[in-house]
Amino acid sequence: MSNSSPPVYRNSLAEHSNGRPLAKFASNAFAVACATCTIVCMATLVVLLWKIFQFGWGRVNLDFITSFPSSTAENAGIKSSLVGSLYLIGLTALFSVPLGVGTAIYLEEYCKPSRWRTFAQTNIANLAGVPSIVYGILGLGLFVRAMSLNRSLLAGALTLTLVILPIVILASQEALRAVPKTIRQASYALGATRWQTVWGQLLPASLPGILTGVILALSRALGEAAPLLAIGAATYTAFLPQDIVHDDFSVLPLQIYNWTDQPQEAFHQAAAAAIVVLLTVLICMNALAVFLRYRFSKRIQW
Amino acid sequence: MHFIRGWESHFAGWFSSRLFSLLALPALLCGCGGQGESIRIDGSSTVYPVSEAAAEAYRVEHPEIRISVSQSGTSAGFSKFVKGETDISDASRPIKDSEVEEARANGIEVVGFVVAQDGLAVVANPENDWCDSLTVEQLKTIWRPEAKGTVSTWQDVNPDWPDVPLKLYGPGTASGTFEYFTQVINGEKKASRPDYTPSENDNMLVRGVSNEKGGLGYFGYAYYAENKEKLKLLGVDAGEGDGPVKPDEASVKDGSYKPLARPIFIYVSKKSLARPAVSEFVNFYVENAEKFAVQKLYVSPSQDELASNAELLKSEATAHLEPTAAN
Repeated sequence: MSNSSPPVYRNSLAEHSNGRPLAKFASNAFAVACATCTIVCMATLVVLLWKIFQFGWGRVNLDFITSFPSSTAENAGIKSSLVGSLYLIGLTALFSVPLGVGTAIYLEEYCKPSRWRTFAQTNIANLAGVPSIVYGILGLGLFVRAMSLNRSLLAGALTLTLVILPIVILASQEALRAVPKTIRQASYALGATRWQTVWGQLLPASLPGILTGVILALSRALGEAAPLLAIGAATYTAFLPQDIVHDDFSVLPLQIYNWTDQPQEAFHQAAAAAIVVLLTVLICMNALAVFLRYRFSKRIQW
Repeated sequence: MHFIRGWESHFAGWFSSRLFSLLALPALLCGCGGQGESIRIDGSSTVYPVSEAAAEAYRVEHPEIRISVSQSGTSAGFSKFVKGETDISDASRPIKDSEVEEARANGIEVVGFVVAQDGLAVVANPENDWCDSLTVEQLKTIWRPEAKGTVSTWQDVNPDWPDVPLKLYGPGTASGTFEYFTQVINGEKKASRPDYTPSENDNMLVRGVSNEKGGLGYFGYAYYAENKEKLKLLGVDAGEGDGPVKPDEASVKDGSYKPLARPIFIYVSKKSLARPAVSEFVNFYVENAEKFAVQKLYVSPSQDELASNAELLKSEATAHLEPTAAN
């Protein structure tokens, strides 16, 4: 990150159109078009959030968070699904981070360019685009049935790991690639082994990038409903999972999906309130990422 | 999310049987136990609210029993049920012979109970002042596959009606409601005109019909009951000389609203029923089914169905007392 070039200098370059009015007009028009895109995105988001908050805010209270789901909308709460979501996201992080970062390190630092590497790389890129429901079906066959994990948190977390693994790998690779070649060369020149280079130089340097990727991927996992529905995650559970291999669990997106599908307006309000809670969890996760990113990037001194 | 049905079981079966049977090791390490006090329910999203109400009411007396209810759809639910992965399967249609066979192959006998009746409401926009009821023939004229492109205004259905475009709304093609409606009205499962607005979320159908003067749609009665001021309920004339009948609690229960009323079921594995916890819960559920059905805006089962439920309970509920039945 270089912040040495003063913005004034850059601006004066852009203004320097040398009497080409058409070029200047095109430049300005493009700026307006980009600004419009930004405004459209922001406005849509703001309106959406505003409507959700307006509708659901009145329903968010301690009772809502500490009650189990119910067939009467007034008593319905998100205790089991909120706890389920938190467990699930924790387990998913536990599985996907070591696997994903490990794969990225292997592909970037150890694996020589070869057909095998190209093959692996292409497949990972393709897998990132596979609809998550497909992973749900795979999870049902592999984790729920073949490994007899039932409809448990472990099965759910492993399924979500499959969903986000390609994203974690690609983001980590990108972050590793962004570390200048000279750092590696300097490290080797000082006699460091490959392992010492990776652990002592590359990982700390790429950590902010990796973290961003991981948090984005986990945020996606937090909002997934389809693959969990496929493996048979519950919508109604009036208990908290006590262990991760036997107990059924529920998650917020499933609860929201269920409530929006009910005929009663009061359930729609509960859904909006659950969305508010889900968004809050997401914002907390992102805030944590920003904080960690800030802390780790401060340590990098080249 | 009904799109999981069908090919789901195919792929899942392939993965589990061929590729990964070696990976069952973790299950051996941490399997067993945890079974004792839990009851697993999965299946139709139409039946889900009734099962949820039952599970919730049962929890008041028996908080130690861990009941979970999922809603992956009737067919997807059965595909898990016949493998013994769930104890109770919610279904918006009777179990198929092929499914009974599959269950039997896995050593599972099934017993089914009618827990409610669901009337499908045919609704129009409140501004529609020309039509109060439709005959089954007219419904067929509107919804059969050949209607595409030829029946596009209300006038095409009845020359006396105005030339207002007919805007159709209905459930998605994977839903049990769609299957039932097409079977009863068009005479063939899943045979429907394709040019209508489908949605898996019935609230979207409500919104669609209530925003279009020429709107027409069908969905579960509960969605009409919650949106009475936004919709106009149409009577349905079965064409048997009784005239048009509108769905309500009485007409669905006594069977005079036809042919768009259907029973909805739960199926229980006899193997699970051998466990006292399950048989007690099923007893409680079926005996109070009327209450749960009405609470969730369905109609209680007919007298015949209630009688057959009671009989089945009597013969099956004692199953767990026989030592041979235990497994």
